[in-house]
Amino acid sequence: MAILIDENTKVLVQGFTGRIGSFHAQEMMEYGTNVVGGVTPGKGGQTALDRPVFDTMKDAVRETGATASIVFVPPGYAADSICEAADAGIHYCVAITDGIPAQDMMRVKRYLKQFPEERRMILTGPNCAGTISPGKSMLGIMPGHIYLPGRVGVVARSGTLGYEAASQLKERGIGISTSVGIGGDPINGCSFQRILERFENDPETDAVMLIGEIGGPQEAEAGAYARDHMSKPVVAFIAGLTAPKGRTMGHAGAIVSGVGESAAEKAEILRGCGVTVCERPSDLGEAMAGVLQR
Amino acid sequence: MDIHEYQAKQLLAKAGVPIPNGGVAHSAEEAAYLQHEISGERWVVKAQIHSGARGKAGGVKICTSDQEVRDAASELLGKRLITNQTGPKGKICTAVYVESATQIDRELYVAMVLDRASEQIVVVASTEGGMEIEDVARDKPEAILRELVDPAIGLLDFQARELAFKLGIPAPQLADAVKTFRGAYRIMRDHDATLVEINPLVITHTGRLRALDAKIGFDDNALFRQPAISELRDRGQEDPRETEAADQGLSYVGLQGDIGCMINGAGLAMATMDMIKHCGGEPANFLDIGGGASPERVANAFRLVLSDDNVKAMLVNIYAGINRCDWVAEGIVQALGEIELNVPLVVRLSGTNVEQGKQILKDSGYPIITADTLAEAAERVVAARNEAA
Repeated sequence: MAILIDENTKVLVQGFTGRIGSFHAQEMMEYGTNVVGGVTPGKGGQTALDRPVFDTMKDAVRETGATASIVFVPPGYAADSICEAADAGIHYCVAITDGIPAQDMMRVKRYLKQFPEERRMILTGPNCAGTISPGKSMLGIMPGHIYLPGRVGVVARSGTLGYEAASQLKERGIGISTSVGIGGDPINGCSFQRILERFENDPETDAVMLIGEIGGPQEAEAGAYARDHMSKPVVAFIAGLTAPKGRTMGHAGAIVSGVGESAAEKAEILRGCGVTVCERPSDLGEAMAGVLQR
Repeated sequence: MDIHEYQAKQLLAKAGVPIPNGGVAHSAEEAAYLQHEISGERWVVKAQIHSGARGKAGGVKICTSDQEVRDAASELLGKRLITNQTGPKGKICTAVYVESATQIDRELYVAMVLDRASEQIVVVASTEGGMEIEDVARDKPEAILRELVDPAIGLLDFQARELAFKLGIPAPQLADAVKTFRGAYRIMRDHDATLVEINPLVITHTGRLRALDAKIGFDDNALFRQPAISELRDRGQEDPRETEAADQGLSYVGLQGDIGCMINGAGLAMATMDMIKHCGGEPANFLDIGGGASPERVANAFRLVLSDDNVKAMLVNIYAGINRCDWVAEGIVQALGEIELNVPLVVRLSGTNVEQGKQILKDSGYPIITADTLAEAAERVVAARNEAA
């Protein structure tokens, strides 16, 4: 079953005809993702990659019945595209774009809140590698072949560190139900906790790997959720042990600016919540193998 | 992006926030002229560097004559000031701010922050002005007031009034207080700031409200639509290597260790540095080459890492998704053709086009130590560093 996406999910690509959008749309289709079309304002009526292009998300959803979208729109316009997806009735949106102004994301989150919860679009990202349900569907820019289908859920801020985790799992023959990138921005769509909730309720996921980093409150919040509401084991790693306070480490959100935001403090908080925390990023696969044997 | 105190005060004044009389000077003569223009009996000469805690580092001088103002300015201009926020190299002072000294009755704290938990702008205020807000949060959390701002509505007057009353601002200054809160909020919203901090906001002995010191930070991701703010950037306050990296689309942070790092992706970069630490080494830098890096960008990144004299060994760790291992390898070989490599180099390649990448490195004939996993890579670079040292 996986979470968020599977082989039946109909997908629209926002920023379909741009260089980056069309390249990754092609890769996703080759992986097996059911891409049904895309949107580029002003290019409605054309086709790209043998799929229809629409002017607006409303048109695209009406004509194709798509329920998911992926955003490759440049940073200055991406927030608007996310809101357009929500307005058009998209259920799940992945925003890949890196560099969206933080206050734009603040307004996106405010916009999404006006929808009643049962109709509210789920957003992951921005500044992420996307989401993949191995063997079923890929909404992202990751190398699909490194993900073995299976029963472990992965949720990570970082793209490449998520690849590292996937390959360590694959080496040990451990497969993945869904891997979700929540992105490295200070204000993002779904938090770690929102994704844990879905994995907890997914009958095809047995355990979850959480890969966090310095900055922000989301790892601690996820730990409390795991302690209070989860029956499935969680293995975690927090990147940034060597990061100095007050410096942004690549991701806009990876900055220690207050109490509880350093890697050591977050690891301690998660341990206190009963989460298995890896000291070393090279131990991710082994730690998960150990947890699954129990 | 950070700006200087004088630039922050100019923005605040324009937004209606009351500040003491003052101006910026780049020479002792200019400082003395300003002092004369401002008039009064006591003045403060403040070093303009991108750092707080300047007072403790000798960067703030109280003066009672024009000669003292002149002397203070000539002492500070051109000086490197080391505070607890600048790192050991300190920051150079090329401008001073001269303002009339304020007789303080009470010191308050006011800031606008982009709050990650609520995902809204939050107004933070405290009666404990002049102190680091983190210290107040630790020692006297009940003294901190917080008010969330709905991004669709903005800061409302009654919210500002409530805060003012709770801070004990006297009724005659209520209008100025509301103006201060609203002005700070407008800067936050209109200029994509991530922080607007007035610390301290003081009530003077004559009962007036004044912003005595201010710090404003801006969202780098929004500078493309803030041309007036971008102009306030002072490259002289930045680490030249970080500036050079940023200009090339690379993300670089200089650190104190001696193992140079070149990695793709911020998370993998941090994790690799952690791994080096676990193996007994210390990273010299954080460097993310980003996605889809061309051989040229890789070569530039490689040279940048080695331009740090502290580097005793170097580690390249690439997990290519939208990157290509063959391009990375080409970039490394290109850089090695131009500079002499006199430290051990460990390279781990994984992901897209890994076989081609490994072949390019092998065919180059350079003495490159290779590794297949993250653990191997970190162990080998630390071992190589220890042998070389």
